[in-house]
Amino acid sequence: MSATTVPATWNKARQQPGRLARLFDYKPFLVFACLLPALGLLGVFLTYPLGLGIWLAFTDTTIGRRGVWIGFENFEYLFTDPIFWNAVFYSVFYTGVATLGKFALGLWLALLLNNHLPLKSLLRAIILLPWIVPTVLSAIAFWWIYDPQFSIISYLAVDVLGVRTTNFDFLGSAWPARWSLIAANIWRGIPFVAISLLAGLQTISPSLYEAALLDGSTPWQRFRYITFPMLMPILAIVMTFSIIFTFTDFQLVYAITRGGPVNSTHLLATLAFQRGIPGGQLGEGAAIAVSMIPFLIFATLFSYFGLARRKWQQGEGND
Amino acid sequence: MTNMFTRRGTAGLAGAALLGGRAMAAIPTSPATAPSLPIERGATLRMLRPVRFVQPDEDVFRANAARFTAATGVEVRVDFVGWEDITQQTAVTANTGAGPDLIIGFNESPHVYQDKLVDVTDVATYLGTKYGGWKALAQRYGKRAGSNNWLGLPFGASGGPLIWRKSAVNEAGFTEIPEDLAGFLRVCQGLKRIGKPAGFALGNAVGDGNAFANWLVWSHGGYLVDEEGKVAINSPQTIAALTYLKDLYPTFLPGTLSWGDVSNNRAYSASECWMTENGVSLYFSLKNDPALAPLAEDTQIQPMPKGLAATAPNAGLTLNAMVFKHSRFPNAAKAFLSFMLEAEQYDPWLQANVGYWGQPLNAYDESDTWKGDPKVAVFRTTMNSDFWLGYKGPISEGSAAANADYVMVQMCASVASGQATPQAAAAEAERRARRFFRAR
Repeated sequence: MSATTVPATWNKARQQPGRLARLFDYKPFLVFACLLPALGLLGVFLTYPLGLGIWLAFTDTTIGRRGVWIGFENFEYLFTDPIFWNAVFYSVFYTGVATLGKFALGLWLALLLNNHLPLKSLLRAIILLPWIVPTVLSAIAFWWIYDPQFSIISYLAVDVLGVRTTNFDFLGSAWPARWSLIAANIWRGIPFVAISLLAGLQTISPSLYEAALLDGSTPWQRFRYITFPMLMPILAIVMTFSIIFTFTDFQLVYAITRGGPVNSTHLLATLAFQRGIPGGQLGEGAAIAVSMIPFLIFATLFSYFGLARRKWQQGEGND
Repeated sequence: MTNMFTRRGTAGLAGAALLGGRAMAAIPTSPATAPSLPIERGATLRMLRPVRFVQPDEDVFRANAARFTAATGVEVRVDFVGWEDITQQTAVTANTGAGPDLIIGFNESPHVYQDKLVDVTDVATYLGTKYGGWKALAQRYGKRAGSNNWLGLPFGASGGPLIWRKSAVNEAGFTEIPEDLAGFLRVCQGLKRIGKPAGFALGNAVGDGNAFANWLVWSHGGYLVDEEGKVAINSPQTIAALTYLKDLYPTFLPGTLSWGDVSNNRAYSASECWMTENGVSLYFSLKNDPALAPLAEDTQIQPMPKGLAATAPNAGLTLNAMVFKHSRFPNAAKAFLSFMLEAEQYDPWLQANVGYWGQPLNAYDESDTWKGDPKVAVFRTTMNSDFWLGYKGPISEGSAAANADYVMVQMCASVASGQATPQAAAAEAERRARRFFRAR
């Protein structure tokens, strides 16, 4: 009988955790809860403004008057507006040419800086200057450089060297103004590219070059078959950023030409601002801004798939 | 004078008319009855206005506001806002129904927000009767189109006359600037010949570019919209104006197509440009710089040539005060504006501005402001102008937007640069303007 008696057991029951504690022990919930602050931030500062911008693009809101939903009317108007198409053209042209220029010169500069030079750190710091200076300040400097009356370049050419009799008219007609802005943008963008690529260059193992040297490679072969492929991942990232920054550039153009002469240098960003804020047509300005999104998505996807995901980088087979 | 207003909120400013006889000796007044504006109990006011041109503007404005406080007990807080921000802040104030009780904005603002504003006809009628009537531009910007109801109280306007170097014009063989367009062209051609060219902004310059483009079209009898607000820019007059520009533009110094608002000031100060259109600021910057004082001495200022118009085709940038319906103290706000436009306050303020702002009320023609430097006296008649932005339609957000989007400037610039024929440029301006003036 006694054998069947219940032995003395430790019967202090394990305290059942409270409902809240159990909830927080539930992993999916915990993950969700931890994500909430970030989601809130993204929602308030990213999704809401973006959503509002897209909503505005489908209304005829002006500064001072609530708009009503008008569907695609803004876009229909823009598609018949030669000023808009000019801005599309120049945005693409500006981005394309400036990106090419920045990468060609930036890569070259990075290769130079990768050599052993005296005062290497100081040189690298100096190279960064155009990037560090606030864009508006460098824009104002270029504005003076391109001034029709007081340009330093005109002064040198006309008064000092005497090779010209009249001042350069940098910003007075369409194509010179377009090229002048691209030059300013390249000047400003080189350091970012150069320093980023320099960082990439320094991760390439010297043993690869040594092996190539032993195989009797030329400098061009070393660049083409070692440096360039090894740089590809960082090149893709830097190029994505650079394209986005250039395509959405605003300050340089707005400070130097305000889109002039006769709207020939408007980028989509400056045109969106011009129509939306000084012109007061918030809906139309938003529509212009929204029409940049497809271009940006395309540029990003192009960089990402076209440059970054090369199979040889990921060591995959040739399938 | 102020001891009449010791009891807060009771006497209010209804007694202001009593001061009429004791107003500043220089400013003539007629008897008028001030509207009864019993100031609300516990009233305080907050107002926005654009920042100053010159420091005394702000000092005197604040001192005047302090006198209003001393007289009525109503605290007034005045905030000075950057010029490019005031329109947006007005929009936010009007749309949210919160914020300042009153705003001194620019030009068209009271017309854009007319259903959000307190009618100020009583104050305007009183001031008009007392101070010799409102000037033409003040009536245009103050009253609702086609009515006698006042939406805003204009505080002054800043005009853009022709400013030129006497020595250069004399050297070119002229003693004065003719009022007719052919004569004006001859002067510009003469200046070009002697290598001392004129220059007018044709770039995206909100102030100077629009002023010149408007002058060009208006002086040929053209206009952006007709009396009903229908776009009418594509007219024979506009095409005549643009054809005239094809002859005029080659006389300019190079680079005016990229000129911003400050470019002509710089070129004129450097003696690269010898005739331009600008506000009084250019003259003062020359006069106050010892190195440039001889240029100021040589400078002449006069209204732009009339051409085919009856008065000089120039629309001054107008300060336009409005009282919002959301204000809890509309009487105090109206009393404050009225107080600020009375001679005891307004005349010192006008003088403090040394000519930057021209008065909206005729009686202030007698102000000492205009008795000092004769070159500044041209700004006395700024508000006599028969032209306004969006001439000759009702003032609306459309006229403001067309101005801000450089519709007229770019029409002129495209012809000057040879990118478009006058016909094509006028048609393009019509296309763009239709968008801004479309019915909503």
